[in-house]
Amino acid sequence: MSTNKEYLQIEREKEWRVELRKKMANKDRTAMIRTRMPELDPFVRIRYQDREVNTGLTEVQAQAEASRCLDCPNPTCIDGCPVSINIPKFVKYIEQGSFLEAAKTLKETSALPAVCGRVCPQEKQCEASCFYTQKMKKDPVAIGYLERFAADYERESGLMSIPEVAPSNGIKVAAIGSGPASLSFAGDMIKLGYDVTVFEALHEIGGVLKYGIPEFRLPNKIVDVELDNLQKMGVKFVRNFIVGKTASFDDLKEEGFEAFFVASGAGLPRFMNIPGENYNGILSSNEYLTRVNLMNAASDEFDTPIIKGKNVAVIGGGNTAMDSVRTAKRLGAERAMIIYRRSRAEMPARVEEVHHAEEEGIEFLNLANPIEYFADEKGKVNGMRIQRMGLGEPDASGRRRPIVLEGSEYDIPVDLVVVAVGVSPNPLIPSEVKDLKVSKWGTIEVVEETMQSSIPELFAGGDIVRGGATVILAMGDGRKAAASMDQYLQEKHQQTN
Amino acid sequence: MNQIVEKVLFSEKVAKFVVDAPRIARSRKPGHFVILRVDEKGERIPLTIAGADPVKGTIVLVVQKMGVSSSKLFELNVGDYILDLVGPLGKATHIHQPGTVLACGGGVGVAPMLPIVEAFKKAGNRVISILAARNKDLIILEDEIRKWSDEVIVMTDDGSYGTKGLVTAGAEAVILREKVDECIAIGPAVMMKFTSLLTKKYQIPTQASLNAIMVDGTGMCGACRVTVGGQTLFTCIDGPEFDAHQIDFDELIMRLGGYSSEEKLANERYL
Repeated sequence: MSTNKEYLQIEREKEWRVELRKKMANKDRTAMIRTRMPELDPFVRIRYQDREVNTGLTEVQAQAEASRCLDCPNPTCIDGCPVSINIPKFVKYIEQGSFLEAAKTLKETSALPAVCGRVCPQEKQCEASCFYTQKMKKDPVAIGYLERFAADYERESGLMSIPEVAPSNGIKVAAIGSGPASLSFAGDMIKLGYDVTVFEALHEIGGVLKYGIPEFRLPNKIVDVELDNLQKMGVKFVRNFIVGKTASFDDLKEEGFEAFFVASGAGLPRFMNIPGENYNGILSSNEYLTRVNLMNAASDEFDTPIIKGKNVAVIGGGNTAMDSVRTAKRLGAERAMIIYRRSRAEMPARVEEVHHAEEEGIEFLNLANPIEYFADEKGKVNGMRIQRMGLGEPDASGRRRPIVLEGSEYDIPVDLVVVAVGVSPNPLIPSEVKDLKVSKWGTIEVVEETMQSSIPELFAGGDIVRGGATVILAMGDGRKAAASMDQYLQEKHQQTN
Repeated sequence: MNQIVEKVLFSEKVAKFVVDAPRIARSRKPGHFVILRVDEKGERIPLTIAGADPVKGTIVLVVQKMGVSSSKLFELNVGDYILDLVGPLGKATHIHQPGTVLACGGGVGVAPMLPIVEAFKKAGNRVISILAARNKDLIILEDEIRKWSDEVIVMTDDGSYGTKGLVTAGAEAVILREKVDECIAIGPAVMMKFTSLLTKKYQIPTQASLNAIMVDGTGMCGACRVTVGGQTLFTCIDGPEFDAHQIDFDELIMRLGGYSSEEKLANERYL
């Protein structure tokens, strides 16, 4: 990593950066208050499924926020970024007013800056490692807002830069799945000169960015622009194709593919296995969100149906639960509730999402756990039994363990239940590859440093390895896999030459 | 984009489509299904593959006009394209040699049964097929089934063709007459339920192929969950065929109606 540190140092000593640092005293920089993200009014936004909640910083706001950054000699923020974005460099470009340069900097290491600027948990990553957070106990520089600003500015300017691509080396590689891990992998491999094909099972590219994350948090058109960029760089996308089913790995090897990156995601929803859970009107968050986001089920013009509940219960406390409950609110729920077995402090969802949900009138039934569902004579859910919970000692995750309060059960009426208690790895790929080492949870086992599986030409990353994580961690895996696959293929070709 | 190369009307509401899909034609096995979307606004619907020609690169789908999506598909003609088609999905039928196989097909369920009957026959079994439908017009693929069966029994509810009666009457007559080692049931859920009850009585191992509601077909959504032996399984990746005696058919029938009110509204808009 020393070369990387040296490179960062060289960049930091460039004249424009030195000049910019001199323009303002550090005490003036640190005296400034973190910019607030402008938001659409909650009463307006709950009427629209596709209007983004965060509206983005203005140029003035962005430059002011960027000037808070001290351009530290040892930028710890970068260590907090799974894809190692040169954060001070892009932030300083914003302070300087060179917004397009800022966007270019992001694209040096990130295939999806406009996406990451919106959905990354920055408060747990770069911003958690910011000098302000670490040493001054102040609000960190709003790195996420600035990332989004730069990416949006570039897109809206119509002056999108396409990253430089090395001359083609003619080596064919495949990415399986088209979510964030694959896209990040594809972006790096195409830059290195590989012939990259991304295979997607669904009819749309983007994976969880398209079927999972709602438009009010991540508009589809923003994902499409990033996909278009990758396509312009030469990445090929094949839809409606399930590797292992439509064609086998061996078929693809015969067609010239030399290595594979499996990033097929954690596409298997978990249920709680409680009585009545198979009644109609009880669905997984995957199903609910896919119907709305991928199939446009909320629009009458589209054929896919959706149940629009009046009393909607969403089970779980993660980001997917927040996405589901806020979607239900937008589809007209009178009561949209989160039912979560621990307390707010243990919620895995991003603070921002919980805050937005509260603003939108979402009810939080915390320390509550469903134990049974009831239905009408047609089998449609009409009620549920909830048990109150208390908190005990911390468990393996470090969070306080929920404990049952006996005799605390009560019933509430519901006409739609969305179960968002987590996902398991999709078994399609692991079951189609002989000799592939899979853990007891069904995740593909890889060497952590290289993302290489028990089959040398097969690398894997994202939720099929992690079992359910974030967009940015998946992207980090994609980058890591690209680097080690490149090394693997270069060595292989040197041997044969 | 997959082009329709042939369309044969079996009746006013049932048609056979031969669709260009070279990869799937090569990789599919009996029991597999596809998911398709007719157009940009379309729904993703599962259809079991009724046959394939790996040389020509085509697969066969049989479609019954029911709701909006099946009607849209039904109305396509030779030369038209299906926007999205993915497969083959699901687990293939376990083809082996139990001895005598009784294949019970109801309505359009005969279409996915055809490749299974063919495979069991080729594996060296004695195959008796029962084709059942409400009336003569709805009996499909009789000649094709005959080609791979030692005996074919036709049952119609109204007696307009073959023997008057339900599929179970035909099946029970065979079971009482000779030793049946395995049974296959494909058709409407109610038909499979009663076929399963019958074979359970005679302790004949039975496989049923389910037609659950699905969105993605790859295990992602869980819309197709079904209780088998007290356990919740997904039709798309654990099935579509299951041990019929373990299936909770009443729950399956209930779940098939999960979107009936929304579907009714959609149909009214479509018409």
